[in-house]
Amino acid sequence: MSANQNPHPGQEVTATSSTSPERFEDPGVPAHKPRLTDTDPQAARRNERIVTIIFAISCLGAIASLVAYFAVRPDGTTEGTRLSTALLGVTMAISLLGIGVGAIHWAKSLMSDHEHVDERHELASPPEVRAVAVQHLADGAEDSGIARRGVLKGAAVSALALFPLTFAVPLISSVGGDWDVSKFRHTIWERNRRLAYDPSGRLIKASDLTVGSVAHVIPEASQEEMRSHEWITEKAKAVVLLVRLNPEDLRSDQSPEGETWSYDGIVAYSKICTHVGCPVALYEQQTHHLLCPCHQSTFDMADGAKVVFGPANRPLPQLPITVDDEGYLMAQDDFAEPVGPSYWERLK
Amino acid sequence: MSTDTSPSSTVEPPTTPAGKAADYLDQRTGVGVAVKEFARKVFPDHWSFMLGEMALFSFVVLLLTGVFLTMFFDPSMALIEYHGAGPESMQGQLMSVAFASTLDLSFEVRGGLLMRQIHHWAALVFMASIVVHMMRVFFTGAFRKPREINWLVGTVLMILGLAAGFSGYSLPDDVLSGNGLRITDGVVKSIPVIGSYTSYFLFGGEFPGEHIIPRLFTVHILLVPALILVLIGVHLFLMVLHKHTQYPGGGRTDKNVVGYPLFPVYIAKMGGNFFIVFGILALMGATMSINNVWNYGPYDPSPVGAGAQPDWYMLFLEGSLRLMPGYATEWVIFGYTLSLNVLIPAVVIPGLLFTFLFVYPFIEARVTGDKREHHVLDRPRNVPARTGLGVAFLTAFIILALAGSNDLIATHFGMSLNQITWAFRILFFAGPVFAYWVTKRICLGLQRKDRELVLHGHETGRIVRFANGEYIEVHRPLDDQERWLRVNYDAHRPLEIEPATDARGVKRPGYQKDKQWQKLSRFFFEDRVEPVTPAELAAAHAHGEHDEIEAAPRSPELVSGTENADREQ
Repeated sequence: MSANQNPHPGQEVTATSSTSPERFEDPGVPAHKPRLTDTDPQAARRNERIVTIIFAISCLGAIASLVAYFAVRPDGTTEGTRLSTALLGVTMAISLLGIGVGAIHWAKSLMSDHEHVDERHELASPPEVRAVAVQHLADGAEDSGIARRGVLKGAAVSALALFPLTFAVPLISSVGGDWDVSKFRHTIWERNRRLAYDPSGRLIKASDLTVGSVAHVIPEASQEEMRSHEWITEKAKAVVLLVRLNPEDLRSDQSPEGETWSYDGIVAYSKICTHVGCPVALYEQQTHHLLCPCHQSTFDMADGAKVVFGPANRPLPQLPITVDDEGYLMAQDDFAEPVGPSYWERLK
Repeated sequence: MSTDTSPSSTVEPPTTPAGKAADYLDQRTGVGVAVKEFARKVFPDHWSFMLGEMALFSFVVLLLTGVFLTMFFDPSMALIEYHGAGPESMQGQLMSVAFASTLDLSFEVRGGLLMRQIHHWAALVFMASIVVHMMRVFFTGAFRKPREINWLVGTVLMILGLAAGFSGYSLPDDVLSGNGLRITDGVVKSIPVIGSYTSYFLFGGEFPGEHIIPRLFTVHILLVPALILVLIGVHLFLMVLHKHTQYPGGGRTDKNVVGYPLFPVYIAKMGGNFFIVFGILALMGATMSINNVWNYGPYDPSPVGAGAQPDWYMLFLEGSLRLMPGYATEWVIFGYTLSLNVLIPAVVIPGLLFTFLFVYPFIEARVTGDKREHHVLDRPRNVPARTGLGVAFLTAFIILALAGSNDLIATHFGMSLNQITWAFRILFFAGPVFAYWVTKRICLGLQRKDRELVLHGHETGRIVRFANGEYIEVHRPLDDQERWLRVNYDAHRPLEIEPATDARGVKRPGYQKDKQWQKLSRFFFEDRVEPVTPAELAAAHAHGEHDEIEAAPRSPELVSGTENADREQ
């Protein structure tokens, strides 16, 4: 007798290993355990009532939703919209959850829970079917004569390979605009363009800036210019962060030999992170560190905007600045290198 | 037989309206065959089989609410000055039409904000249920033959889900999503050779330009959902074709499927599940505000919010970008710039993670050498190496996601951001290894516990004293079903390969490759716990009436490899 046909196998198995089977035998699907609703008609009726009530609650939820829609109109404030949203949503949820809970409770308590067994069949097709399938393909290939007609085959393949170009060439030629990636290299900063506060556009006087102050800067531009789409794209490259340091604290900047890119402790650096291009915006006055809130690259504004921590590799490019006769800050030139994240042709 | 008799004239003509309708339909479609095949089709029952359903149902909710939103959303980047029903702070601001219509559909359209919030929550739940469903499939080995293709389909669906989420998140054209796009632009630019042109391809010129929102709109409402729908069709078709897997248990084999019939039980349960998923999403949309774009404002290239987080499924990429040190990782080769500080975290790391998902079923099939169909699921403990690898993968994913919130961790717990970042950098490498080791040990421990239970039974807490003064605790043997669950599995052994040379000493080609696979196979299956055999159980009982089994000096239960059988205790 094998162990698993025995109702209490553990206690009675005494067979030695030489007569035991390799593996245990499957005891089969466990016997069905009746639920309370299977044996007690009263419980079944009770559950039927419960399911009915749950569906009724769902109906009430749907009606309440309509009432909420017509009775509670938003009053034009954010709070009013929130209230209307909450009422519409909660009543909607009641009508939906009622259906869901009702249906599942119905299935679990009242529908038959006897397990069924279906057979599975191996997925692979039987060998004779396969043989026929292969024969069909061979016949088809033979009918087409593709093996004999080499030139025809080549022409058909060529035609299929070429036709996508009729679609792809017009698409690709237009999808990238003018495809002039050298635009990455330049911003609208140029000699004598003055610095303005972002977003007001008010010009910045060097004397307005106290030591330790920081300003978000855009290039000076007309109101008309600033309301165009080109402006957003230009601004995306041209934004600058300006800091006035105590001139003694300014250890270094990026000025080459014989030039001065800062003015009396005022340094201006591109605000576009050299990592992946977030605007670098958090300035810490005590340490002179500038932190990118996206990925925490940290730049030292007192030391040529060198990277002191984080995933950026290069310093922020410096905007060479000076003052005009009226004391307004202005650019000496465009940035000396492309701003923002690195790209393949950056140094070409 | 006369020509005007209907084909069904041999059976009684239907009399009820439903019967007549069915007869009408069947004569024109033969739908009876499908009803016969599917109405009582058996599906196994388990709560974890609901996870994939939840993904499907949240997708349906996404489609429903998405249609509502497209009625009012205008994906244009044209600039306007806003004067509408939105909050005071937005009045008079210069913004894109896309942003303005997002405000209008939130504040002017009745129920619009509710639909927007349900849509966003449904997207988060969609991705979460996909990920948890994948975990269920992975840890139970449901990807094994014949379901490898369906695993690939599912993995592609997960990636499409990411694409759908990302493209949708960007549509309102607010400051947060705009910075998300800007990061994407930076990542794309880091791709060698074609990076700059790919950026132009996406944006129709320089970032941000005026094309990206309409393009993402088409991607979000047509391209990606159409692909998702088609692949869901394939996914479900294959599921029906293969018949659902079942958890191990009495009477459940690779040749059958044990469960409840589709009609009525699963119609009710699955239909009910849809309404519960929808209902809970509606409740979330009603009570939990999400992505209040009017607090961020329209996109402007200059400002950025501190403590901004992407949606959860993008956190791992964000964390990966944050963890990579920038020092010495930008190389210039022949004047061309290769920024590994972006390329590695944003392209290589996700590439590796996805590659693991794509190839794992095939690797496992190769190292087991198992060519059989599997329809009974594994208990995760019974395949310790797979379970360990899965947990290691999740550990890496979670560490990256946490690193994507390192600034919030720093501000909430008052810790140094730099130290947290360094801790995560180390954890990213050490964590998965440690997690693998711990998980594998736990699995082996659980398997030994199973053996112990099968051999010795449950402790009863009843102490019996014999006449000779000896005390024993009575153990109650497991019943058939309990025992079957614990002995019914295969402990795979490492591959055995042909020797390097044949009988005449000629070198066998392909030996080196086989040896590599054998090495990998040993990594998987060197440590294993064999299931109890009837002989062992018999021996355990023959050993004494009292279940007093002394551990043999060389325990047979854990076999360690072939040559060093006693390495493990």
